[in-house]
Order: sequence, then C-alpha cells, then structure tokens
Amino acid sequence: MTTAEPIHYQADARKVVCQGDWDLSHLPQLQLLLTKIALPRGGEITIDGHAVTKMDSSGAWLIGEWQNNLKKQGYVVHLQQFSEQAQILLNIIQKNLGENISPPPLKPLGWLAIVGQYSVFQLQEFQEYLAFIGRLSFEALRVIGHPHQWRCKALATVIYRTGFQGLPIIAVLSFLIGVVLAYQMGIQLKNYGANIFIVDLIGLSVLREFGPLITAIMVAGRTGSAFTAQLGMMNLNQEIDALDTMGVTPAELLLLPRMAGLFIALPLLAMWSDIFGVIGGMVMSNNMLGITWYDFLERFPRVIPLKTLLLGLGKTPVFALIIASVGCFQGMRVKNSAESVGLNTTKSVVLSIFFIIVADALFSIIFSKLKL
Amino acid sequence: MNRSDDVIIEIKKLKTYLGGTWVHKGINLTVKRGEVLGIVGGSGSGKTTLMRQLLGLAKPAAGSIRIFGQELTSASSDTLLAIQKRWGVLFQQNALFSSLTMLENVSFPLQEHTQLNHETIVELAMLKILMAGLPSDSAIKYPAELSGGMQKRAGIARAIVLDPELIFLDEPTAGLDPNTASGFDDLILNLQRTMGLTIVVITHDLDTLWKVTNRVAFLGEGIVLCADKMSNLIKNKHPLIQEFFNGPRGRIAASGYLSDE
Repeated sequence: MTTAEPIHYQADARKVVCQGDWDLSHLPQLQLLLTKIALPRGGEITIDGHAVTKMDSSGAWLIGEWQNNLKKQGYVVHLQQFSEQAQILLNIIQKNLGENISPPPLKPLGWLAIVGQYSVFQLQEFQEYLAFIGRLSFEALRVIGHPHQWRCKALATVIYRTGFQGLPIIAVLSFLIGVVLAYQMGIQLKNYGANIFIVDLIGLSVLREFGPLITAIMVAGRTGSAFTAQLGMMNLNQEIDALDTMGVTPAELLLLPRMAGLFIALPLLAMWSDIFGVIGGMVMSNNMLGITWYDFLERFPRVIPLKTLLLGLGKTPVFALIIASVGCFQGMRVKNSAESVGLNTTKSVVLSIFFIIVADALFSIIFSKLKL
Repeated sequence: MNRSDDVIIEIKKLKTYLGGTWVHKGINLTVKRGEVLGIVGGSGSGKTTLMRQLLGLAKPAAGSIRIFGQELTSASSDTLLAIQKRWGVLFQQNALFSSLTMLENVSFPLQEHTQLNHETIVELAMLKILMAGLPSDSAIKYPAELSGGMQKRAGIARAIVLDPELIFLDEPTAGLDPNTASGFDDLILNLQRTMGLTIVVITHDLDTLWKVTNRVAFLGEGIVLCADKMSNLIKNKHPLIQEFFNGPRGRIAASGYLSDE
C-alpha cells in the first residue's frame, strides 16, 4: 500500500513508511511533515525505508534526529528495510549524533568587559606603535652611518609614486580649493567694497593652512593606504619573514625608504599645492571681484611675507612622518587574513588624518604662542 | 542509487591555448559515477587549467565538456547554477573565507542555496564538520587559527555540505605531513563510500594515487597519454610516464602497494 505522502503511518503494523527522495532539496518539506505526524503513545515503532528512492546525508540526519527524539519520548524504535547505502549513512550519522553536535556556545561579554577590552587593546596598539617608532629610529641611525646600505632605488621609486604621480590630482584639488575660498570670501568682501583684501586672505589661508593640510590628507588617502595594503599583503605572503631570514631587515629595505621618500615628496607636493591654490584664488578674484592678474600679483608679495610660506611648508615633514609611520605600522600589523588587510588599511587612513589634524592644531597653538 | 546517466563527466577534443602554446591538444576523458579518478602529469601539463575548465572558471579554445549530461562550455547561468549545486570543490589553498568562522564557512552553501531554518543549517553543517573528522569545539575558530590539516578538512566539509554527487580535489594532500596526508586519504575514501561520491582528484602524491583512485589519467604532450588503473599505468612504456613513476620515490610507493595485492 502506497500513498503520495513521503511519510505515512500504518496504525495496524505500528509502522512508519518513508518513501520518495530524502535529500537536501526535500528537507524543509520532510521536516514539516514530521512535526505533523500523529503517533500512539509509547511502545514499539518501526521506521520502514524500503520505498526510499534517494537518501543523502541530510535525509539520514533527519531520520537519525527523529529516531533519537522518539527514543527520548519512550518509544522503542526499529529501522527496517533501508538500502545498504542508506544504512551506512544512517550508521555514520548515528555515530556522530552521539557526540556533541552543537557548536560550543559563544559567551557574550558584558558592556564593561567590552569597554575594558577595547581600552586595553588601544593601549597595547599605542605601545606597539611607540616600540615600532623606536625600532625604526634605531634602524635609521644604523643605516645613516652606512651610505652603501641606502636603498636609493627604492627611495626613488617611492618619491616617484607618492610625489610625481600625485601631481595632477593635487593640482586639480588645490585649484578648486582656491576657487571655492575666493568665492566664499569674495562675497563677504564685496559687501564692504574691500575686494583687494582677497589677496591677503587667499595668500594666508592657502599658504599657511589649506595647501599643506589638503595635500597631507590627499596623500594619507592615496599613499598611506597603499603602504598598508602592500606591506600587509607582503606580510600575509611571508615575504617579510623571508627578508628577515636573508639578513635584510624589512626596516632597511621597505620601511625607511618609504619614510624618507614621503619626507622628501610631501613638502614638494605641498609647494605645488600652494601654487595651484593661489592660481585658483586668482582666477576667481579676476572673474568675480574684478581684480586683475597684475593687481593680484603686485599686491601678493607686499602683504604675504615669506614666513607664511615657510611656516606652512615647515609642517609638512611632520605630516609626512605621521602618514608614513602609521601606514607602515598598520601594514606590518596585518595578520592572518584578507579581512585584516582591509581593516588595517581603513585604520591607517583614519588614524593618519586624525593625527595630521591634531598635529596641525598643535602647530597653530605653538606658532601663536611664539607670535609667528 | 542506480541511475541511467552513468557518465558524470565527458570531455571531448578539448583544446586550450595559453601563453603562446597549445596546452591541451585534444583531451578525451570520461568519468563514471562512483569512480575516483586521479589526474596526474608533469608540471605545466595543464592539470590545473583542465580543472578550472571543468569548474567553468575558464573556457577552452575548442572542444566540449559535459557534466551531468549538460554542455558546460555553452551553459546558461541557470544551467550552470544547477550544476554548481551538484558539485563540491576543495581548492589547493583551501579557499576558506578568512572573515568567517569554520562553522560559517561550512554552512555558507546551505545558507545560499536552501530555505532551511537556522538550527537545521547549523546541525547539518556540524554534522559535516564531524564527518570530516574535526572536533566540534573547532567550529567557532577562524581559518587562520586552524592547522593546515584542519583547514583541509574544513575545506572538504564545505565541499560536501550540499551532498554533492561530484567533488573536485586539487592537491588535497599537498603541504601535509605524511601522517596527516594518510589520514586525509582515509577520509576521502570513507566519504566516497558512505556518500556515494564521484571524485576527481589532481595530485602529485603517489600514495594518494595508489590508495584512493580507481583510475588515473596521465596528462602529457597536450593529451591524455593513458587512463587506467595505477598498476597498469606504471607498466605503460611512454617515456613521460616512466619518468614520472619510475623515479626512486615512485618505486618505493609502488612496492608498498603492489605487494599488498
């Protein structure tokens, strides 16, 4: 006697007949049927599998689970007429079900523990950063004494990639910043008829703040992230370990050229940015405020002392060290997985920009105390 | 389990042009249901390329690949998906997702391709983890925290989680110590028997070839030079085959298994 139902209870023989495909694609349907099936209380139950056309491990799992459940409820369960293949599967499953099949539970931490863990982690990272800087300085002192160990080619590559290849984007951005500044300030100045003072404002703001800051932020996004991702992948590939075992310290070949390269390139880029920022301001002054090129260029050197340019550019080597050291540090901290490359790259950019702005604020305070 | 479609993979006149040379010049090969087929060949003989083509990751220049009776080279994305649900793959580097725990890795195909509830998925995945011989407390670890052998086992657990009919193994024992490798061979055999799998295995491991495979296809000169049982294959007179199996290591491995027979 057969019916269309994959699970069918024959009350007279106290027998459950299973039929059809017991596989993964039918599993949801079978699970539902199992919850609905009505059995008499207690006693012996036979599960008959002669009509099962296909059984895979998920089907066998379902029968195993069901069998165990019935046993817990006090039934005596027999399996009958399963194919040889299904029998092997059922045995394997039953053996594994005997073991602890649930994954070990994850203990969620309380909020206090999370705060603590986070703080300790941050402090540890900061301490490691200091240690990294220390090691790097030590290496730098060692290498400086031995000019034949200077990696001039690596240095040139870094300057080329971070500096030269960044010229177009820095130029465009700085020009636009100059335009925006001149436009916003020009509207205000026009109200007072003080158009000509746009020269002072553009000169001061671009040379002292915007040029260096915009450049540093751009470079942190462009170059700091590249440092981290590249060193991180090298770390994952054990290339750094390989270097170490060959008696070439990673600091000498990889880190110091990056630090030195950016140290040289960033001030140059900032100078480049200053030029385009001022040009942007000049174009806008010409268009909106009617200040001719001649007027602008004639007034510029009179009101903007050289000091302004130097103070602005003077900050950039510090920015360069921040970007390169954070980028390299995060790259060297990449561990184990592709995910950590992404995580550390994000961190590298966020932290560099954060520290650049903190450093810039400190410079402002120091300069004003020194009345510069 | 008796089905009429007994040929699972059928490769006909497959040609591949790579980097300026013809890597495959006309490969013909069939894999039958329930069989464990080994694919061997020297470096650069195109084993990995062949596997990528079988998996639909690369397209051959000419020829046909039929898997489960469906032409793979011109399959629509729906057909391909249907085929993909019926096979499992263990990559050489395991290719476990590093941002997921082992349990999440193994349950990933279930989550993508079935409508089961969460508890069932976890239990089925745990079952496969146990069947692959891994302890249950390793399930919440990330791949990076597992040893090489355990990563391989996790890879296998993920490959069999959808109860596939066919699994591909790329260098399953590479980088494992002899003891672990031997355990892994046993695992493959065991799974093959219990789940009725068809297995295509690419390997250089002579012990695996002797112990696990029913038939071995030797790739060389762009074609399948010979596809036969190991004991017959090593008697083949082709110089490439002789060179491959008659090195000192080949003879030691062979002596151990031939005396058993």
